[in-house]
Amino acid sequence: MRAMTDISEISQIVGISLLVAGTSTLIGSVVGIPLGVLVALKEFRGRNFVRTLAFTFYGFPPVLAGLLVFLLLSRGGPLGFLGLLFTPLGMIIAQSLLIAPIVMGITISAVTNVSRRLYDTALALGADGRQWRVTALHDARVGVLTAVMVGFGRAISEVGAVLIVGGNIRGQTRVLTTAIVLETSQAHYVEATIFGVILFAIAFAVFAALQRLQERGFV
Amino acid sequence: MRGSRNTLPWPSFVTVWRIAFALAVLLILAGLSLSLNLHPRTYVLLATTTSARDSGLLDYLLPFFETDTGIGVRYIAVGTGQALDLGRRGDAEVVLVHAPDAELVFMAEGYGRCRSPVMQNEFVVVGPPDDPAGIFGLTNATLAFSKILAAHARFISRGDNSGTHIMELRLWSWVGYTPSPATDPWYEESGQGMSATLGLASQLGGYTLSDDGTFLVHAASLDLLIDVRHDPPLQNFYSVIPVNPDRHPDVNVDGALAFARWLVSSRGQGLIGAYTVAGMQPFHPNGEDRCGP
Repeated sequence: MRAMTDISEISQIVGISLLVAGTSTLIGSVVGIPLGVLVALKEFRGRNFVRTLAFTFYGFPPVLAGLLVFLLLSRGGPLGFLGLLFTPLGMIIAQSLLIAPIVMGITISAVTNVSRRLYDTALALGADGRQWRVTALHDARVGVLTAVMVGFGRAISEVGAVLIVGGNIRGQTRVLTTAIVLETSQAHYVEATIFGVILFAIAFAVFAALQRLQERGFV
Repeated sequence: MRGSRNTLPWPSFVTVWRIAFALAVLLILAGLSLSLNLHPRTYVLLATTTSARDSGLLDYLLPFFETDTGIGVRYIAVGTGQALDLGRRGDAEVVLVHAPDAELVFMAEGYGRCRSPVMQNEFVVVGPPDDPAGIFGLTNATLAFSKILAAHARFISRGDNSGTHIMELRLWSWVGYTPSPATDPWYEESGQGMSATLGLASQLGGYTLSDDGTFLVHAASLDLLIDVRHDPPLQNFYSVIPVNPDRHPDVNVDGALAFARWLVSSRGQGLIGAYTVAGMQPFHPNGEDRCGP
């Protein structure tokens, strides 16, 4: 009986999940990839420290990110005047904070690996500094795409931050993971499982599509 | 993919990058406009306890309010303590909770504008149909607990410091015994919410304390019966409190007040009284408008 009435609600939940996870992944990538390339290719003081920091933030607990962003966006907090708590944008802010270091870290590894092989060749061909960086990034594209995929995987499957910052409001900030938590807590195991299968299917479809792109040499 | 490549793949790469960047900016702007359009809020944010959500009451009630007044309500269902704190911070505009002592502190601190009683339900002792402690039909939960203790019948506690758990501990204190999972093999803590704990009690054939609303919602799938009800100390009172606009001027004051007054109006009270789950009425309206002009 639920299934019939809930088709529109399920698609709404899927839509919000994709919007939040997709936007967070994009922001995380736009910030994380250039920073990763910079750290991998540019010599500067404290580079090792920044690299270690990025890898540390890999394992940053999502609930802690959620708590920090909650305190930031709460009306008592420094950004409270924006009124972003319990909105999708607030969730995106929290998830972007989680994803940027992941994308950055994997980009560092990928670019560092190719740059060693590439450096002499590129210089021999007469590439200047900027061309050489772009070439290194281009050759590391498989690794960079992996970084984006891992980031998206983290975003779509993450529950702690979106629950605290989003509040799991029906029709507004309820995403697949928080819907699973809610249904499970109410012993609606069938509904929870349905959401779980949808979540898995989305992740599978996205990864399959990206892999296809990779194989065709698009990126 | 050797890395030794004669042409530098400038244009295609830069184009892909620019498209991704433009897409990101577009999505961010879309999200921003979606979120910022709602500021100042055209909806009311209600902070409430999980029982109001899990019983299905809010999903039933809110569409009527929205039809009547044109004001949208979004609700966050959390523990009583966090619900009041969201009001204290101004993150929620109105709270619907059942913790009279904590509510009085909230009012005394000046965070609430006014406080109206809305409805009540009660805690009930539920147990397996074979009733090993022989408590079926009692109306005194303290007596029932002492019989469970005497029979060493299995008892499942929430063990999560929730309102229901605190009520259970109070009952044990009236019995004069503090059961502990470490020393009493018949006493177990689930550490989970009410629905999950009821499921556990049903599977294990144990007694537990529940609010009647949550129990009625799940009764059909549980192998449990209500043994004790109508005990005066086990009554559970819900109040609605709009946040004081003196403390948080930018909250949706009018919407919050309209919601609080609608809940205790004859319209709201009639709907609460008419709400049934599986033929039973989980909430009994006892509203009184203390937020009037």
